[in-house]
This record gives sequence, structure tokens and C-alpha cells, in this order.
Amino acid sequence: MKRTSPDVLPAEGGHGDHPLLAVDNLHVEFRTRAGVVRAVNGVSYTVNPGETLAVLGESGSGKSVTAQAIMGILDMPPAVIPKGEIRFRGTDLLKLSEEARTQVRGQRIAMIFQDALSALNPVFTVGWQISEMFRVHRGMSKSDGMKKAVELMDRVRIPAARQRVNDYPHQFSGGMRQRIMIAMSIALDPEVLIADEPTTALDVTVQAQIMELLADLQRESQMGLILITHDLGVVADVADKIAVMYAGRIVENAPVHDIYRAPAHPYTKGLLESIPRVDLKGQDLYAIKGLPPNLLELPTGCAFHPRCPYRQDNCVTDSPPLYQISGWRGSACHYWREVLDGEQ
Amino acid sequence: MSDIRPGGPVFAPEEVETPPKEVSKSSKPASLWTDAWRDLRRRPIFIASCCIIAVLVVMAIWPSLFSSIDPFNARTCELATARQLPSAGHPFGRDNLGCDLYARTIYGAANSLVIGISTSVFAAIIGGLLGLIAGFFGGATDTVASRITEIFFAIPSILGALLIGSTFRGSGLGIWLVVISLTLLGWPMTFRIMRAAVITAKSQDFVIAARALGAGSARIMFRHLLPNALAPVIVVATINLGGFIAAEAALSYLGVGVQPPEISWGLMIADAQRRFLEAPLPLIFPAVFLSVTVLAFIMLGDAVRDALDPKLR
Amino acid sequence: MASSDRILEVRDLVKHFPLNQGILFKRQIGAIKAVDGVSFDLHRGETLGIVGESGCGKSTLAKVLMALERPTSGSVKINGRDIGRAKGAELKRMRRNIQMVMQDPYTSLNPRMTVGDIVGEPYEIHTEVAPKGDRRKKVQDLLEVVGLNPDHINRYPHQFSGGQRQRIGIARGLALQPEIIVCDEPVSALDVSIQAQVINLLERLQNEFHLAYIFIAHDLSVVRHISDRVGVMYLGKFVELGKDTEIYDKPAHPYTQALLSAVPVPDPEGREQRERIILQGDPPSPANPPSGCRFRTRCWKAQEICAEEEPLLQIRPGTGHESACHFAETHDVVHIG
Repeated sequence: MKRTSPDVLPAEGGHGDHPLLAVDNLHVEFRTRAGVVRAVNGVSYTVNPGETLAVLGESGSGKSVTAQAIMGILDMPPAVIPKGEIRFRGTDLLKLSEEARTQVRGQRIAMIFQDALSALNPVFTVGWQISEMFRVHRGMSKSDGMKKAVELMDRVRIPAARQRVNDYPHQFSGGMRQRIMIAMSIALDPEVLIADEPTTALDVTVQAQIMELLADLQRESQMGLILITHDLGVVADVADKIAVMYAGRIVENAPVHDIYRAPAHPYTKGLLESIPRVDLKGQDLYAIKGLPPNLLELPTGCAFHPRCPYRQDNCVTDSPPLYQISGWRGSACHYWREVLDGEQ
Repeated sequence: MSDIRPGGPVFAPEEVETPPKEVSKSSKPASLWTDAWRDLRRRPIFIASCCIIAVLVVMAIWPSLFSSIDPFNARTCELATARQLPSAGHPFGRDNLGCDLYARTIYGAANSLVIGISTSVFAAIIGGLLGLIAGFFGGATDTVASRITEIFFAIPSILGALLIGSTFRGSGLGIWLVVISLTLLGWPMTFRIMRAAVITAKSQDFVIAARALGAGSARIMFRHLLPNALAPVIVVATINLGGFIAAEAALSYLGVGVQPPEISWGLMIADAQRRFLEAPLPLIFPAVFLSVTVLAFIMLGDAVRDALDPKLR
Repeated sequence: MASSDRILEVRDLVKHFPLNQGILFKRQIGAIKAVDGVSFDLHRGETLGIVGESGCGKSTLAKVLMALERPTSGSVKINGRDIGRAKGAELKRMRRNIQMVMQDPYTSLNPRMTVGDIVGEPYEIHTEVAPKGDRRKKVQDLLEVVGLNPDHINRYPHQFSGGQRQRIGIARGLALQPEIIVCDEPVSALDVSIQAQVINLLERLQNEFHLAYIFIAHDLSVVRHISDRVGVMYLGKFVELGKDTEIYDKPAHPYTQALLSAVPVPDPEGREQRERIILQGDPPSPANPPSGCRFRTRCWKAQEICAEEEPLLQIRPGTGHESACHFAETHDVVHIG
């Protein structure tokens, strides 16, 4: 997709009334031999400085694809972005040239991945890999870069950073490797950090360490944090607001307290109810029936209708818009009132 | 990123609480092999390659159906007409000795096919079985088998075949001597591929699950590992088939393979290459037959490999 | 519970994996102490949950119970007979009584076998269980029991979703009508909305067939939901073992307390006030565990005695269940879920 537009990068802190990052009606398709996979179908969300947005969804919900579109790391083709904007401080990243995009990627919007071991190069020392950020983007000398690497490793609380800077990735534990990934991603003081399932591969005690670290770093630098996860517990712990995704759409968005207190979409409600609870021990768990949708053949109308206990006839035919419930709260369900009131 | 699943069809959501009642008793049990066979019969590539191979086999068994001239009869050759271009009664023309090229090409199919097919099959079976055993049992078995393979690998194939061929020249084995010597030198390739594929398959959970059920070694090897490790072996075996037919030519050229008055495509190509610039046709016709044969087998191998993978059906 | 109800008895179970050096002449230079002295009982129809972090030895424990690995020492007795020492026909017969459900529904089913072949394989191995003519019917019955369409018997695993594949794996585990099923992280590879379906299925099957489960998982809320008793593992040993309510409401071992407090609670209310014990560092290597108490290197209660004397798993003063800490003290960290 070729677009021509002035390569203007927004100044840091400028454009007062623009949100830090705004995804607007984003569509992403994968054109495969089996057909068109509609991975993202009109996703919109915003992140402001110092804010944590949790994007919650299962595999196939499009949460990671959206993040990859923001980073500009989708393989195109097969991926195509037929519609939508990704505005960083008011500038649409999708209209930027590849060069200007590179200036944003990694420097102003950074990303950390689930699998830190495969994201690190096994044949270079971690110090070398962290300092590479400074050598490439800041033109620092090797020795200055190494000094900065030690500083960063201290900042992400890797013990004995000075001694370990020359170690290789395999010599670190899973949690430490994730810290190294975080060190690399915050090296250039990005304004937005996207964390794609950053703790899924880690144990709970290590997960707690990493989430605490991310929260501290965010507090220090006022980054906007997009946390992509499927874990309702992690979301409740750290998020300011939540976007719940299903079949490539946001089905509900809300401030974190509202959504746990009273979900406004049957899918969110189902997820929350399926969490095992002490007082229901010995009984069946609530289970959302059926299976996640096949993205090649999305159901008509509301994509959730085949699994929905609130389904009415119009759900099969009319795709619900994201109904505005209040300020930063929306639900893509025709019957959000009933869901909210708990009627069924 | 496993976030999207464009791959195989996922069934429509079903009501888990109420599984459908009508159980069709008539549906026949399916297995990998019956399903593969049903799938193969619908593949045009499989049908085309089978047709070509069938024609070649008929040609090898009853060459006289295709040619009225008997190339073994020396009187059909006339030196005076050597390298004659195609003409009535001699559709491919004549070779360097004035023999009918068409008849020789037809009669050459037998030796070439026997050598190519037998060697490929034997090498695949020997190398495949040993690779399966070495990969499955590992440890000392694997170490010994792998070292032996390396010794065979270290022998330059032509030199080795030359050695075997000249040692047993008087044994009366004929072309089977060629088959044996090429098999002996060809199996290590299949061994390595099978062993690697088995080691990959062995660590998968379904093999552990089978062991937990109490499955014995034979069941694990032949029900679980072999079907999952067979694909690369089939591909290599069919590709090697052409190589073996060509190697036979090299051996004939060096005097240990098929010897005149026997006929084979390899021998014909070896003979014709000396005067290729003056008379290209005596080389081109057997070479085309050879290429079509190899192509047919590669297509067959591809089709079989795909049919054995349920995901590709 | 009466002792006749005890169908699995594990005593001082040890599994060490030797670390070798050298190519031709292998020399043992140490051992990974994956499971290092584990004892517990399992009763008919009961679920014992086992929780712990990666590397604590819970998966190795499952393999030893399944006789996929031979124990270095100790015993695993099923109905009084030691499966760890059984061989040949006896081992094969004993396997009928203990089966497993694996974690990854994508790799645990042979992609080149039909569902009918996969679920029917137990009958082909143990031919005495079902006569040949009955097998197909039995397989279809099993598919129905786990909530799959019996007509799909001729399909291949890739044609099913993750949750459906896990059901196929469960059907295979049920085929021989075992008394014990070892579930090694049976839902952790599934989508959140599918996990509840599979857990409900496991519970229903337990009631229907009176199964005993060893339920290994790292998701503490799932373990709590399904388990009658819970064992907490750290570096190859149980540090605490008790009824689910004891472990979750009155944890006595500092590691259990830290583990419970680290689990994110799916409720944002009061998240700022919640008590959180964040452990420092990583678990030590099982090749070279610390002396005395293995948890002492990360423990905030550690004293000299912890390095000198190994705390045994026993009922400690002031607690109602077994724990392995010199300073065991019950402390309700947080109510999860």
C-alpha cells in the first residue's frame, strides 16, 4: 500500500489536545489461499501518557494483530490494512514513509514480546544487544553504549548487572530474560510501550516481579502502556481501562472498576463468571458454550451470537455498533442494558 | 504469533450439552492408508504419473508391442546408415552403429526401470528401517548404526560401485549386481533422513501418550513414528530414482554396469555423448525417456506424500 | 477415609537425572534432583491438586507415576502393587489403572491417525478389554461421553479446535476405565472461555466413573476449584500438603503464602491495599539445591537453622496440616477468586 504524505513527525509533548496514541477504526485482513481472514474489524482505542490500557482477548481475537499494526511489523502481504488510522500524537502512522516509520518504531513506540528467549539473539551478549540500541539510534561509542547497558540492567533490577553484562541470553532465567527485553524496549525512552502477553510464559511469582517492574517504570517515565493479555487477574491488578476484543472487534471498553463490577457485554460477563470462585466449589463452572469463531467465516450480525445467552433474532442479522453507555464506556451488544442489569 | 488461525476448518460451534443422537452405524472405519488411497484416486497428478509409469512398465515387459524391430538382432543395424535422421520406419532415426534408435529406446526401458526402481526401493527400505530403529532406540544402537553409515558415506559412490562391480563381475548376477552395489551406496542417505525425522517425531507428546497406554516398541515405531517420518523419505527416494538410473550409465561407461549387447538408457546416453555434436538425437531420445520417467516418479512421490498428510487433503 | 480406599500410595519417591560428561567414557558429575523425596496417598474418587512453578518437578512426578520414568528410589504403589518396579505384562496390566491427560492438545494426538484410531488404540493394545467387534461402538460411546459428535470418528485431529482435541485426549484416557487419571496442566493451553468447559467435563466424569485425579497445574484458582487436597511443590519436594481450604485459607509455609499472594486477583477493588509478597530472585537450580531448607535462599523468615537442618513435612504446632518449615505459621494471605 503506497501512501504519500509529508514525513512530519510530531514533536514530543506537542499537539496538546491529541491523545498520545489513537487507533481509529482499524481493519486488518490476511489474504490467504483459504480465503480472507478478517483479523481486525474496526478497532478503536486511545492511550494517554501514564495510562495503562489492557487489551483482553483470546487467541484469534485480533489483539496481537492490532499491536503489530501499530508497530508496523505486520508482514504485508499477506496482511492488508484496508481501512483505519493509527494516530501517534495526531499523526497517522499508516501514512508515513517507511523511513519515518522506522524513526517511530522502537524509539517512540516500543514493544515487548511473550517469548523473551526467541526474541534475543543467542550469539551476542545481552550487554551488546542492549547497547546496540544506543549505537544504532544514538550513535554512541561501544564503551558508552556498554555503560548505558549496565545502567539499564540496574534499572530493570538485574542483580550484579556489571558482572552479568557480558553474559549470553541462555545464562539467564526466564524472568531475567524478560527483564533484558524490557531494558531493550525502554532504552530509548519510548512514549508508548506495548507489552504482548509479557508474563504468560513466566511463573506466578516471577510474573508478579515483572508486573511490578513495569508499573514502576511507567510511573517514572509516564509512558502509555498497552498491555495485551488473556488473564483477567493481571488486568484487574494493573489496568486503568480495558478493551475486550472478540473476533477482531472491541466488544466492550470501560474503566477497569466498572467492568469487573458490572460487565455490559455477554462475552465479558461470561469470562468473568467462568473464573472459579470459592463459594461455587463443587458446582459446575459457568462455561461460555460453543467455540471461538472461525475468522474465515465470521458469523453474521454479532459475531458472538452463536454463543450468546442474550441472543435475539436481530443479533443474527444486525451487527451491533459500539453503543456509548457513558463517558469512556461502550458495549457492542444490542441488549447491553439487560446485561448490565443482570437480567437474562 | 498464533493469534490468528487461518488454517484448517474448525467445526461450527456445537452444543456440548446435547451431542447428536443418530449414530451412523454404517460409516466404515477410516484409516490413514484407506483415506490416503481414496484421496489419491482423485488427484490428477497421481493419475497422470500412474499412467506414464504403467506405459513404461508395459514397455519394459513387452517391448515387442511397441516396436516391430528387434534391436538384439544384429542384422537390423547397418553401419552405412549410421546417424541417419528420422525417416519412415525409423521414427527416431539411427544411432552411431546404424541401429534403430526407437527400438533400442523401447528395449532399454526394462534394464533402466529395473535398476532405478529396485535400487530406490531397496535403499529406502534398508535405510528407512535402520533409520527407524536407530532413531527410536537411540543410545548405543544409534551410535553404532550412525558410525557404520558414515563409513559408507565416506566411500565415493562410483569408486565403491566400481570396486563391487569388478570384484563380482563373474558372478552371473547381471544387472542385479548393479542394483546391489548402488543400493549399498545409496541407503545411507535415506538412513540419515529417516533417523532425523524419527528423532523429531519421537519427542512429541503423542508418542509419550502411546507409551503411557502400554504400547510396545513395534507399535510405536510402525503406527506412530513411521507415518510421521515417511514424507521426506518418499521425496528423497523418488528424486534418487533418476540419480540411480544415471549412475548405472556411469558404471556402464566404466565397464562394470550393463554391458553390450544388453541395452539400457544409461548405456545409450553414454554411447551417444561421444558424438553428441554431430548427432544429438541418439542422446536426446533416451534422455527424454529418462527425464519423463524420473518426473513421473517424483510426481507420484509428491502425490503420495501429500495424501499421507491429513492436513493437506 | 478407610485405608482400603487408598488406591495410590507414593513413598519417598526420588527421581534424579544424572548429569554426564565425556563422549566415550561417560562420567557422572552430578544429578538434576527433579523429584527428591515425595510421599502422599490418593484415595478413590479424590482429587489431589499439585501446584508449583516450572522446574519444581511436578511434571517429572507425573511421568514417574505413569511409569514413563523409573524412580531412582522410593515406591509408587497402585492398589498395593509397585508400578515403579513392574515390568512386561504386569506393567502393561497395571497401566490400565492409571492413565493421563496431557497439556498440549496439539501435540498429544497423532496427526496421522483418525479420532477413531486414537481413542480406540487402548483397545488394540489391551485386546482383552473389548472384543474386536465392540470396539467401534465403544469408541463412539466414549466420544459421546466427552461431548463430541460420535459421527466424527473418521476425522483427523487438525479438524478440531483445541478444546475439542482435549476432549479427544480425555476420551482416550477413559477408554481403559482407569481408577486414576493424571492430568498434567490439562487446561493451560486452552482459551479462557474453553477452560471452564473442560474443567466441568473432568468433574462430571469424576462423579460418573468415580475417578481419582492427580491434577497438576500452575493456575491456583483452577486447582482450588477442582481439588479436595492440594500439595505445593518447590524444588522437588512438597513444602505443604493439606485440604484445599487449609492450603488456601491457612497457608503455613512462606512459599505457599508468597505463591498465593502473587496470583493476580480478578477484581480491581482494593488492589492498592492488597498484601503482596514479592519473592526476590529465581528458584535455585535443582542440580545444586541449597542445604537445609530449599526455600531459604528466597525466604524472609530464614534463620541459621534453615541452612543446617532440613525441615520435614509434618504437622507443626499451631497448624492443622503438614508443612515443611521450621517457622510455619498460618497466615491468611488473600482470598483468591
